[in-house]
Amino acid sequence: MRILKLIFKNAFRHKLRTFLTVLGVTIAILAFGLLRTVISAWYTGVEASSASRLVTRNSVSLIFPLPVSYKEKIRQIEGVKVVSFGSWFGGIYIDEKNFFANYAVEPQTYLQLYPEFVIPEGQRAAFFRDRKSAVAGYKLAAKYGWKVGDMITLKGTIFPGDWDFVLRSIYKGRDETVDETAFFFHWEYLNETLKQKAPGRADQVGFYMIGVTDPNLAADVAAEIDKTFKNSIAETLTETEKSFQLGFISMTEAIVIAVQLVSFVIIIIIMAVVANTMAMTARERIGEYAVFKTLGFGSFYISALIFGESMFVTMIGAAAGIILTFPAAEIFSNQLSTYFPVFNVATETVYIDILASFLVAAAAAIFPAWRAVNIRVADGLRRIG
Amino acid sequence: MKIPFSYSLRNLRTRRLTTVLTIAGMALVVFVFAAILMLAEGLQKTLVDTGSYDNAVIIRKAAGSEVQSGVERPQASIIETQPEVAIGADGKRLLAKELVVLIVLPKRGSDKPANVVIRGISGSSMLLRPQVRLVEGRMPKPGSSEIIAGQSVAKRFKGGGIGETLRFGMRDWSVVGIFDAGNTGYASEIWGDVDQLMQAFRRPVYSSILFRLRDSSEFEKFKARIESDPRLTLEALRETRYYEKQSEMMAKFLRILGITLTLIFSLGAIIGAMITMYAAVANRTDEIGTMRALGFQRRSILVTFVMESLLLGCIGGFIGLFFASFLQLFTISTMNFQTFSELAFSFSLTFGIIYKAMAFALIMGFVGGVLPAVRAARMSIVESLRAS
Repeated sequence: MRILKLIFKNAFRHKLRTFLTVLGVTIAILAFGLLRTVISAWYTGVEASSASRLVTRNSVSLIFPLPVSYKEKIRQIEGVKVVSFGSWFGGIYIDEKNFFANYAVEPQTYLQLYPEFVIPEGQRAAFFRDRKSAVAGYKLAAKYGWKVGDMITLKGTIFPGDWDFVLRSIYKGRDETVDETAFFFHWEYLNETLKQKAPGRADQVGFYMIGVTDPNLAADVAAEIDKTFKNSIAETLTETEKSFQLGFISMTEAIVIAVQLVSFVIIIIIMAVVANTMAMTARERIGEYAVFKTLGFGSFYISALIFGESMFVTMIGAAAGIILTFPAAEIFSNQLSTYFPVFNVATETVYIDILASFLVAAAAAIFPAWRAVNIRVADGLRRIG
Repeated sequence: MKIPFSYSLRNLRTRRLTTVLTIAGMALVVFVFAAILMLAEGLQKTLVDTGSYDNAVIIRKAAGSEVQSGVERPQASIIETQPEVAIGADGKRLLAKELVVLIVLPKRGSDKPANVVIRGISGSSMLLRPQVRLVEGRMPKPGSSEIIAGQSVAKRFKGGGIGETLRFGMRDWSVVGIFDAGNTGYASEIWGDVDQLMQAFRRPVYSSILFRLRDSSEFEKFKARIESDPRLTLEALRETRYYEKQSEMMAKFLRILGITLTLIFSLGAIIGAMITMYAAVANRTDEIGTMRALGFQRRSILVTFVMESLLLGCIGGFIGLFFASFLQLFTISTMNFQTFSELAFSFSLTFGIIYKAMAFALIMGFVGGVLPAVRAARMSIVESLRAS
């Protein structure tokens, strides 16, 4: 018990220095936590994907469409439960800065495939009934102050012109991982308009979403779909929703790796700061350690003193950093909702925070402890400052 | 009287471990700071080099990028006959009607798919882009299934090398040449005959029209006329502006990330320097007293300690920059969020960045050292002499 008291007293001998070190650790852990959250936000699309959903798209690349007539052919394939389809609309709301995902989809089957989009029953029927209606995520609606019944105009980038929609429903996510910033509307509305304006582009869809009866069959169903359309004008590529999302992420892998590297650099920097504090502390007290040794305390006791102090100081900082991560993530989430629709601090992040601070504390104490243990009593007593 | 500089230097040497740790912290911060600036600079450079100020790009109104755009043949012909289009040495118009689509290609080695831009070119495309040079092989023959690849595609994508073939649009395309496009966005593209590619991809429309302006100052007039022409649903942009717009989101992302990180990191490093300097002052209380007693002024003491801290910052800055300069060997390739296509750019170190990074390191050293130095300077002679 006495050793704890000693550690506590030692830690506060230089109040300013301890305060600065704690502050440094707090900032570093906060930054580390936020960067880990950025990385996990990058992968939310993958987290939110279901094993029983497949995505079929044109094998050349995403920008090439598929004929809508594939729907019936896909439905005939064994193991397919529901087929929905849609197109990436790419509309702009007022200004390019206001980016959010917007799709034209076949509404009934789409919502059937995405039970995680929770829509109030009355609004659901209203959305199905009106061809010009649209559904927006809760966060998106809050951002632009939309209410049910509002008129929203998007400027098409892929499909030229101004498109008017009536907001008939606002969906909420079933859990935290669901993107609440999406916007979708009736594919029929898009198609009927195209039939008049650009008949050559009508009756085409950007992707098919397929629900399978059994997730174990997903691979077979995917292979079967691609085989069906082999050597046709529009060959298909079918993957599970997860690998589709992962494909997207792997294209921006360089950024993820950079963020990851930077998060480790932060830990190394803070290691240098804490190690510096511990090195100075131990150097100043070398005479005291010599006295301890003379009194008969073993090297275990002396290193426990140093390690204990390092742990104590680091842990205070880490605790403050972890607590601050949550409100900071909240602010970030509001500021960066264009880039990261979902920005939540994962429990895993907190564990990594704790692990990192343990590592920092231990690494910082090793060298000073080794010096204190190995110094000869006479040298220690002789040494000044 | 001034305290000799070697006093500061020797002090740093005496507390070796502390000095090394503080410098290491600062060096890392400067490294990250420089790296982010270099990245932003590299991105900027790639984009500036990609476009030419005297060229105009025509895309469909509100399309934002060539990939989303579509220009119908009759509209393209109207543009072609505009008087602002420059005439080349051979008497032909310096105008190219192009097709731009994305295809998915697997990377060499990892087999990971990435989106690559395929550009259908016409006769003047090369002339309009003087920064692009054919370095190996020959140009594709019009009307054949031949393509040329940018050096970055040739190096990093399967089937992109000379003599190899790529399969897309139900045909095999043989790579007959490699072009060097320096640091520009074209380095990550594949070029082929526009008419052949339109056939293969079953796209009846062009994506964009690029032409050289007869007189660069005529652009505004031309733009106003084209955009108000009821036959056309097109928009005109200077090529430089077009490429700048393409990566606005990416540049903004890098900027936000960079500023946030640098702020946080510098706080950490300043705290590190402060701890070191406070300790340096505390350990030397009696020394400071002695020096004051010998007749050194408060100001000299202040200067000495600030100097010591600046020295830490300076060394840290040099080490950070030294390691950051090696980053120039790396190329970052990532997907541009706006165009969904592959964008490759490298770190680029300029003198501006060197100055900024060094200034940043010195500021960190100064901020970290000034408070402890003030404390040292304000010590009273008697008390500090009594301290030991």
